[in-house]
Amino acid sequence: MIKIIDYKAGNAPSVMHAVTRLGYGAGFAREPDSLAGATHIILPGVGSAGATMESLRGTGMAGALEDAVLRKKIPFLGICIGMQILFEHSEEGDEDCLGWLKGRVVRFDGKAVRVPQMGWNNVRLAESPVNAALEDHFYFVNSYYALPEDKSDVWGTADYNGPFTAAVHRDNIYATQFHTEKSGEAGLALLNGFLGLKKGAGLC
Amino acid sequence: MLTRRLIACFDIVNGMVTKAVRFQDNINVAPAGEMAGAMYDAQIDELIFYDITASAEKRPIDIETVKEVARRVFIPFTVGGGIKSLEDMYEALKAGAEKISVDSMAVRNPQIVSDGAKAFGSQCVVLSAQVKHTGLTPSGYEVYIDGARLATGMDAVEWLRRGQELGAGEICVNSIDRDGTLSGYDLELMRLAQDAVSVPLIASGGAGNPGHLKDLFAGTGVQAAIISSMLYSPRMERNYAVAELKEYLLRNGIAARPSRISGEARHEDQ
Repeated sequence: MIKIIDYKAGNAPSVMHAVTRLGYGAGFAREPDSLAGATHIILPGVGSAGATMESLRGTGMAGALEDAVLRKKIPFLGICIGMQILFEHSEEGDEDCLGWLKGRVVRFDGKAVRVPQMGWNNVRLAESPVNAALEDHFYFVNSYYALPEDKSDVWGTADYNGPFTAAVHRDNIYATQFHTEKSGEAGLALLNGFLGLKKGAGLC
Repeated sequence: MLTRRLIACFDIVNGMVTKAVRFQDNINVAPAGEMAGAMYDAQIDELIFYDITASAEKRPIDIETVKEVARRVFIPFTVGGGIKSLEDMYEALKAGAEKISVDSMAVRNPQIVSDGAKAFGSQCVVLSAQVKHTGLTPSGYEVYIDGARLATGMDAVEWLRRGQELGAGEICVNSIDRDGTLSGYDLELMRLAQDAVSVPLIASGGAGNPGHLKDLFAGTGVQAAIISSMLYSPRMERNYAVAELKEYLLRNGIAARPSRISGEARHEDQ
């Protein structure tokens, strides 16, 4: 079953609406045990890196996610804050995050551009099993963005005061800084591609 | 490149989209869910939905309508009206809204802005200000509340700045003077607003033809424009399709999310 991680600050209901629209059934995961049997895991996110990490650690969800995503290799999609916390550290609240991907998360320069970035930005995507289009507009709301250390993790790039990483992909881990669930048909297409993924053959 | 946004704004009464002139004389246009779905299909960038009688009737926002709209659209969606507490905000977010707009309530209780920003993040809290040129405040613009009926004596520019400090992640500036007049946005007001705050701004009030959108985007740093009459007011001689407006903006060098509906746009490129 598709599992959408739900914590009070997140926008899990919007993600559920989008998944439902695509014709899939999904359930919310609020405790670590509820990840058992997950075929796909989506970690939505709004709010701050600190509040999200606190919630994931406090509920034991952080450990359960590591088991499911890093060891069992279940396809994972992080959205917005759900992408930022995959890195080692976020400047927002000087927070240590999950560290699944090498790199850190920093703030846009408020002197150069309006912060948060809010709106539809043009994203250039590398080829992946998830996306058919290599370029499209997606909806962003973010004050912070990731600086991946390993450039091969970069899946999508957009421009806001220069180029920034808009999406990352490594093995079974996919994550978008933009709101896939609020990016119209382009976002739904991406989400549909992700939900069509099968768990990696020969892993587990 | 970040594009300028076109936002369709709905005033809702009893689940119906209505249209007013200078906050008065509402006439019904269509059921909210139906209209939201049609706007989504037309590839509008964003939606705002105001439950305009919730405050006066002292009831919470119409959650059923919020839910219905949320099931039909997969673009950002802001709701306002009848939001008095963190619980009200949470209910609306849980129903599928992306952002919450606070207006009169923020003037009466500014803490709702900071509490909302702390609980759900600044990006969820839109401060909406109804502004009228009265010449009675330092900037000349004054804040009104309660459906533009009650003057507050507060300076508009000062209030926008305060709203940002309190934690609003976006600010919507509504010109009472221009509302429903189809005479163009109040560019002077928008320039004052843009210099006062660094968060994204939405301009509202006065859009009557595509040229007004070009004037706004070319002439100010405002990132988003509310259009409603142009899209669906039965009082207008003609309404405009979203794709038509996007093509117009792109032709005039304004960054906009292109409409993907027609093959014709692609044909032009070849």
